[in-house]
Amino acid sequence: MTTAQPPLELANIEREQDHDSVGLATFGFWLYLMTDCVLFAALFATYAVLHQNFAGGPTGKDLFDIPYVFVETLCLLLSSTSAGLALLAMQRLDRTRLLYWLGLTVLLGMGFIGMELHEFIRLVNAGNGPQRSAFLSAFFTLVGTHGLHVTVGLIWMTNMILQIGFRGITFPIQSRLIRLSLFWHFLDLIWIGVFTLVYLMGVRS
Amino acid sequence: MEELIFGRLTLREIPYDNPIIMATLGGSTMLLLCIAFLIWYHGKWSYLWKEWFTSVDHKRIGIMYVVLALVMLLRGFADALLMRTQQALAEGSAQGYLPPDHYNQIFSAHGTIMIIFVAMPFFIGLMNIIVPLQIGARDVAYPFLNSVSFWLTASSAALVMLSLGLGNFSHAGWSGYPPLSEKNYSPGPGVDYWIWGLQLGGVGTLMTGINFFVTILRLRAPGMTLMKMPIFSWTILVTNVLIMLAFPALTVVLALLALDRYTGMHFFTNHGGGNLMMFTNLFWIWGHPEVYIVILPAFGIYSEVVATFSKKRLFGYTSMVYASVAIATLSFMVWLHHFFTMGAGANVNAFFGIATMVIAIPTGVKVFNWLFTFYRGRIEFTTPVLWTLGFIVTFCIGGMTGVLLAVPGADFELHNSEFLIAHFHNMLIPGALFGYFAGYAYWFPKVFGFKLDETWGKRAFWLWIVGFYLAFMPLYALGFMGMPRRLIHYDNSHWQPYLVVALSGTLIIFGGILCQILQLTLSIRNRAQLRDETGDPWDGRTLEWSIPSPPPAYNFARIPQIHTRDAFLSMKKQAHRTEVVDYEAILLPRSSSLGPFMGGLTFVLGFSLVWYLWWSAILALAGLIGCVVARSWDEHTEEELSAQEVCAIETSLRHPGASVSFAGKPPPVQNLTFERSPLP
Amino acid sequence: MKKWIIPWTGALLLCPSWLWACTGNCGDQWAVLTPRGTIAGQEKTLILTALGLMLLVVVPVILMTFMFAWKYRASNPRADYDPDWDHSTLIEWVVWTIPTLIVAVLGYLVWTSSHTLSPYRPIASSQPPLEVQVVAMDWKWLFIYPEWHIATVNRLVIPAGVPVHFSLTSNAVMSSFFIPQLGGQIYAMAGMKTHLHLIADRPGVFQGYNTQFSGQGFSGMTFETVATSGEAFRQWVHQVETGGQVLDRATFATLEKPSINEAPRLYSLALPDLFDSILSNDTTLRTMTSHSPVPMTAIED
Repeated sequence: MTTAQPPLELANIEREQDHDSVGLATFGFWLYLMTDCVLFAALFATYAVLHQNFAGGPTGKDLFDIPYVFVETLCLLLSSTSAGLALLAMQRLDRTRLLYWLGLTVLLGMGFIGMELHEFIRLVNAGNGPQRSAFLSAFFTLVGTHGLHVTVGLIWMTNMILQIGFRGITFPIQSRLIRLSLFWHFLDLIWIGVFTLVYLMGVRS
Repeated sequence: MEELIFGRLTLREIPYDNPIIMATLGGSTMLLLCIAFLIWYHGKWSYLWKEWFTSVDHKRIGIMYVVLALVMLLRGFADALLMRTQQALAEGSAQGYLPPDHYNQIFSAHGTIMIIFVAMPFFIGLMNIIVPLQIGARDVAYPFLNSVSFWLTASSAALVMLSLGLGNFSHAGWSGYPPLSEKNYSPGPGVDYWIWGLQLGGVGTLMTGINFFVTILRLRAPGMTLMKMPIFSWTILVTNVLIMLAFPALTVVLALLALDRYTGMHFFTNHGGGNLMMFTNLFWIWGHPEVYIVILPAFGIYSEVVATFSKKRLFGYTSMVYASVAIATLSFMVWLHHFFTMGAGANVNAFFGIATMVIAIPTGVKVFNWLFTFYRGRIEFTTPVLWTLGFIVTFCIGGMTGVLLAVPGADFELHNSEFLIAHFHNMLIPGALFGYFAGYAYWFPKVFGFKLDETWGKRAFWLWIVGFYLAFMPLYALGFMGMPRRLIHYDNSHWQPYLVVALSGTLIIFGGILCQILQLTLSIRNRAQLRDETGDPWDGRTLEWSIPSPPPAYNFARIPQIHTRDAFLSMKKQAHRTEVVDYEAILLPRSSSLGPFMGGLTFVLGFSLVWYLWWSAILALAGLIGCVVARSWDEHTEEELSAQEVCAIETSLRHPGASVSFAGKPPPVQNLTFERSPLP
Repeated sequence: MKKWIIPWTGALLLCPSWLWACTGNCGDQWAVLTPRGTIAGQEKTLILTALGLMLLVVVPVILMTFMFAWKYRASNPRADYDPDWDHSTLIEWVVWTIPTLIVAVLGYLVWTSSHTLSPYRPIASSQPPLEVQVVAMDWKWLFIYPEWHIATVNRLVIPAGVPVHFSLTSNAVMSSFFIPQLGGQIYAMAGMKTHLHLIADRPGVFQGYNTQFSGQGFSGMTFETVATSGEAFRQWVHQVETGGQVLDRATFATLEKPSINEAPRLYSLALPDLFDSILSNDTTLRTMTSHSPVPMTAIED
């Protein structure tokens, strides 16, 4: 911990191919994230077009509970921090801390998803489900798509915890963790967009 | 309870009352059973499974893509024939022979199939086979992902085919405009087949896009800078950028329509604040780049063919590259020209009209560059060259009518008419299909080790080109007569002669297709005479011709060092083609049965969603996630081919007939030791 | 027999031959090329101008293709052969410049014509325009004359020489309103109002279509446009007002049901705000809650 070790010297036996394949996989994953960015851009655009189409139903001002969503946001932002710390632990090949931070990330992520689900259920029960108006359709779809991504991230992370538990910090696992953390930070960024454009601007208008 | 188990699936969904569909179904089922039986009889099922279906070798996946495309071409063409016959007959008191419900499905299926399941798999197949060979790579960046992509495409094609016999296909046109495609106007399973067929196949295509972009950027042979890359690989690179940017829009628009239909949301509905214009915009933000996605690869093929058979360097390589990039960039700025008639303001229409015309500049440059490649060449009129010449002449006409449609004031008179039909067939048939046919004939000997029969290939070309003009030129005339597209019946005796001529053209094209089937059969039968031992039957210029045909699994025993643009040509000139003596061990990706499994599960998923079988949809989805997780636990995804094995394969390929034995004197072998280097 | 000559020869000699044959005195069946209104006339001129400009490049390119292919065939030993010749700055300049110039001219044409031929642009005339509200229904056209308190189905009657301002919407799916001989088309969409300005120069009968596929009854969604003299038009209006059926809520509810190949019908209008009610999706107008497709039997006959 104190001495600055060259991080991966101690890693499993690696070969040139492995080295290339990490670069290759990360590059490809980065491109995937860009396509996901286009996907979210299309959803944001849809929301922008429909965000005033209340069809006589409630507006964002009537529905959004900013303090609640702020706590939700904090959950996700903190989970991103812990995911970052997990990656640092991975570079030190510190399995215990890696598992600890990943576990915390999963918990925070689950907290986020739980809060989001709770919000959705509350809205639907009050008769403000996605069928109510085009505005709510766009809202549920945009926020829900992000939530779906987070859920996939959680499944992925659980799988990684199991792999680290059984196999240790092997080379392919490191490669996957790097991509997972990219994915997680990406979702954070998207959420910041959602929080600002949907919630904060939604209560203003 | 019954609904829980069977969703909305009942036996009534089989169209017993439609003799045309039932006969087709009966015929194709018999054919499939016969093929399955023959494979079983010859004991080839296990071979097919082990060597093909589970293969992650880009060449085999490519061949499967092309086979899929050719099979679907027959289906799409049968639809065309039915439509043309109906329109030729149904004038005045004659109603034709197709019920409206069936006719509407046919034109929807024709468009969907020809774009998504013929054009896409055809060029994806060719790029799978050729791109790694052209850039000197041993495989694509993610071979397993490639297999999954293929199986997703194949299973969504199967889903669309299934709609013929179970339920129906969409009758809302290939572009599925709401509100017609919304649940209250199209309650049946048809639109759902369309949604899931496009959606699941689209995901596969998106993954292919990423895969080939990375392959081309990262796996080029040393020394091959981007500007030394063969032009076909260049157009594929640009195409894949388009795929990555455009397909997410399709994913979104289909998902939103599905949400409307399945959960009662209000994205594109008439009520509840929905906005149908948004569908049209999002759809064409994908749809217009999609046109260039299928055309650019064909441009690449034409460039290769023109240079090779003119025995001359490609004229204006740099211009060609810039033109491709310009076309791709502009393709995202023109989508609104598909609906000038929606009532956008004059400024908006004018902007998109002009942007559309600007595309004609780089496209025109490409045409001139092909012409100047012919100039001072030594042109051999092989089948690929005939397709190219047919393309250039025909495409000029299509381009002209396209620019005409890009003038909003003219488009108001011609939009949605038979003129439009003539125009886009005039672009896509020569612009894409002829190119794929040229590529098919050009690279066939590389893939199978023997050439295709030239005589029947040329006959096929002549029938196609004559048939094309007879089939589509009358449609331009009908456009000037104001005939709307997609009519099942009309009361105008002036139109009928033109539609009869169009039908005759379609029948002549059918003759062309028969010639192509005959060509393939005869070529396989006479493969001994058509065999090419050299691996370089056309005196090629690019790397794919430097290796044996068919290429070994690893493509290149040693990755070549590239110095010039026409890499193989300069190797030949400088007699660089010395025998490789140092062989190295090669890591190859292992076959995986997960690809076909995931395809199967995707099919189940799509099928369940179409029929509201929620339990099996959930199971299939869980199965798919399970497959991905299982893959992540698999640490044996590669296998090593030792240097001796490589040597043996190379010797047998390059000196057929020579006996190979290791007992004697093994050739000098050098095993690479891999450096251990830390992550950056 | 004559009707077969043009399609066969035309198909073989490409489309320009039809243009040549039809720009002059071809029959009315060449709807786009035989305009009967100012707008359609300008659109035809625009089509032919643009086509002519493009032929300046396209014809030489096609000729060059044949010439180059023939001259540099492998069996012609007399032709030059220069396998390494792959660049000429002059040619590059020319091939980029010529299309750019043509597109620049066309671009200018697009810019001006998009404005003069904008469907939203009123037609300059000494006469005030006739207001016609158009509703696309499954599967017929409803024309409402708000100033005259009448409505028609699948028959449009207008006075010749008077500009017509169409306001369009749809009661069901998207459709496209098109009278080729009078001028360009525009979509009709539910919940949205689009506009189109057309004029007929002289009396006549012109076929009108829906060009946007809209379901089972799409092919029969045609109508005749009758342009008459102003006097005849007023007489016709009077006839419809007094002699026709009344379009009230009940009639509208029946009319709204999907039907195909509707014969023309004439109504006097009892619902003055019908168009706006349809546009705003007024639920009190709606008797039908859901739309059921027409059964197959209805389509057979």
